[in-house]
Amino acid sequence: MFKIVQAQFIAPGIKRFIIEAPRISRKQRPGQFVIIRICENGERIPLTIEKSDPQNGTVNIVVQSIGKTTHLLNSLETGDSILDIVGPLGKPSEIENFGTVVAIGGGVGTAMAYPTASAMKRAGNRVISIIGGRTRDLVILEKEMREVSDSVFVTTDDGSYADKGLVTDKLRQLIESGARIDLVLAVGPIPMMRAVAEVTRKEKIRTIVSLNPIMIDGTGMCGGCRVLIDGKSEFACVDGPEFEAHRVDFDVLVQRNAMYREAEKRSMEVYRHELEAKKTATNAGQPVECALEVK
Amino acid sequence: MPTTPTKSKNPLPNRDRMKILRQHMPERPAAERAHQFTEVNLGYSEELARQEALRCIECAKPTCTEGCPVGVNVKEFVQLVVDGDFLGAAAKIREDNVLPAITGRVCPQEDHCEGDCLLKKKGESLGIGYLERFVADYEQKHFDVKNIVKAPPTGKKVAIVGSGPSGLTAAGDLVQKGHQVHVFEALHEIGGVLVYGIPEFRLPKQIIREQVDYMRAMGVEFETDVVVGRTVTIDELMEEEGYDAVFIGTGAGLPQFMGIPGEHLNGVYSANEFLTRINLMHAYEFPRYDEPMVDFRGKDVAVIGGGNTALDAIRSALRLGARKAYVLYRRSEAEMPARIEEVKHAKEEGIEFHVLTAPIEFLSDGKGWLAAARCQKMELGEPDASGRRRPVPIVGSEYDVPLSVAVIAIGTSANPIVQSTTPGLQTNKKGYIEADATTQKTSRKGVFAGGDIVTGSATVILAMGAGRRAAKAIHEYLTTCQW
Repeated sequence: MFKIVQAQFIAPGIKRFIIEAPRISRKQRPGQFVIIRICENGERIPLTIEKSDPQNGTVNIVVQSIGKTTHLLNSLETGDSILDIVGPLGKPSEIENFGTVVAIGGGVGTAMAYPTASAMKRAGNRVISIIGGRTRDLVILEKEMREVSDSVFVTTDDGSYADKGLVTDKLRQLIESGARIDLVLAVGPIPMMRAVAEVTRKEKIRTIVSLNPIMIDGTGMCGGCRVLIDGKSEFACVDGPEFEAHRVDFDVLVQRNAMYREAEKRSMEVYRHELEAKKTATNAGQPVECALEVK
Repeated sequence: MPTTPTKSKNPLPNRDRMKILRQHMPERPAAERAHQFTEVNLGYSEELARQEALRCIECAKPTCTEGCPVGVNVKEFVQLVVDGDFLGAAAKIREDNVLPAITGRVCPQEDHCEGDCLLKKKGESLGIGYLERFVADYEQKHFDVKNIVKAPPTGKKVAIVGSGPSGLTAAGDLVQKGHQVHVFEALHEIGGVLVYGIPEFRLPKQIIREQVDYMRAMGVEFETDVVVGRTVTIDELMEEEGYDAVFIGTGAGLPQFMGIPGEHLNGVYSANEFLTRINLMHAYEFPRYDEPMVDFRGKDVAVIGGGNTALDAIRSALRLGARKAYVLYRRSEAEMPARIEEVKHAKEEGIEFHVLTAPIEFLSDGKGWLAAARCQKMELGEPDASGRRRPVPIVGSEYDVPLSVAVIAIGTSANPIVQSTTPGLQTNKKGYIEADATTQKTSRKGVFAGGDIVTGSATVILAMGAGRRAAKAIHEYLTTCQW
């Protein structure tokens, strides 16, 4: 059991958890992730580590409500517990002084880009960050990114905040302005990472993306998270999660991530239904059964 | 604790013992069990067990014990069954085997104790596995913590990495010697391959839980959610957490794929993922459990491979409602590594065996999902390095097998996590850890290794044998401080 020291929404549907996990907090490096299982009948899902605090023995994770498990997780509050959290998993980011690094974070992906951007800055790089969201509310960690970047550009798809457009528009502008870029790091939705890869491919700029395939154990045992890199199967959990963007077969990633779409929908419907049933029952306001077990 | 050798109370002369036929294992009818995950074998009754035990001719030099990787004293435990002293029999087995309810179910006895049984020359071997299972299950029902005897504390701490068969065996042996034993497990449940790999119908999870509870009662500590090499390193365990010795039993590693076109299609699984979803994550109980699985109902499914893992996978698919369930194996049935009983059970349940058959490509339905496997017929050529006859493709024999799901069960390669984070730990060309065959010592002082992470994919009992050898050597190291 891992205690939630603090749980707070930082944007609509996006929550930051500070969780007591002393072992993980001591070992976490930028680029790594954890796998969590909320309750006895829960699935295992990989989640981003924003940062950790070895003194207090805590790790921060940032979670966006998408499917059942993330909705259930985001219904947990300070003082609740998570049954399992394991990590830190995956290879840490390759941190060295590359020169100028552009760190791109899309939506909740910014939480994964942040620790790497921060480490890149400490390693002596000039860090230019581009963070984006669909709309104003979904731009996260702007303040934190400003603290670790030489300059920060913000884009929103709908123009409700900062520059209207996509992170790739901003990247293209940077390239066109003649700025020297030695490395691009992009973390976010697959279409965004793919678009970034297409922009930098033409310019031959080395680009790293952090992939998020479906995963179970996270230790290389199951092979479910295999991704096609230069036509060869690699495992995101042990060989990644970061890969050279220009070698990634994004079509296969999209196709494999859609494998359980029907089941995911059904799971969400059942969860909503249970939630409704709970609300109308006498114990209104109580979380679903699964969450009750973990208290 | 060792019991004094019992004098046989078997009243029958050897001639009569050999007239008794091997007692059949009662099992659930094939038509019924093909659709459910409840255990196939039902276990001997006391009467059946005693009748079977009477068949033992009590050889002066028991070849069964010599054939057992952990050296169970078969003759003496069987004599105790004849006597009706079932708890005594259990204690006798436990001297050498801390997981009798598990080995009694999943051990390939025909390759070990029963394969070496003299009765086999005249007819059928003694049902040693069935008797072991009976004794272990009897003990479980009549278990009393007070009966656990162990040596006084030595003050030494041992870390066990991995809670599979080798780790559990080492832990059980070491705790009995009075050492403080702490087992680290990467997953959320204890048992390693016993939990994620072997299905409920062959080894119920309850059995593993009971055996683990027994070990807890013996004093073994367990910690889940720790990936040694990531969450904590071997060096940190020894330098910062004060462990005097470490045993690495991290097991079979990364699943191997075939490297043929179409392997990334949706519907193509590794056996490890397929079985993990079903066994560890209960995907067959979706949506009560959250982990999803492809809907198998009315679909055609094939497994590629001929080992126990392959049969576990395909029999699971059948239970999930597959219309047709095939085993595609590139050699002939004689070379199949699976246990004889599993092949028999699978056939009874309606699994179709296509031997001398190997897929060369997975074909897409045009939407990213598997539609068929293009297969090639094989013939057997000269023996290869494994001693088995090498399959040779027959040119022009290609044909397509329509499939919705294919499960690849052709083995694993070494998981690199512990090796790559432990400086000075020597590995072989394939990445497995180098360990001495008798002591399981690695190139690092105080660090031992055994099971699949040393040998590559093998069986539960061979891993247990390694755990036992390691425990003996660790005890020696801790008491003499000699490396």
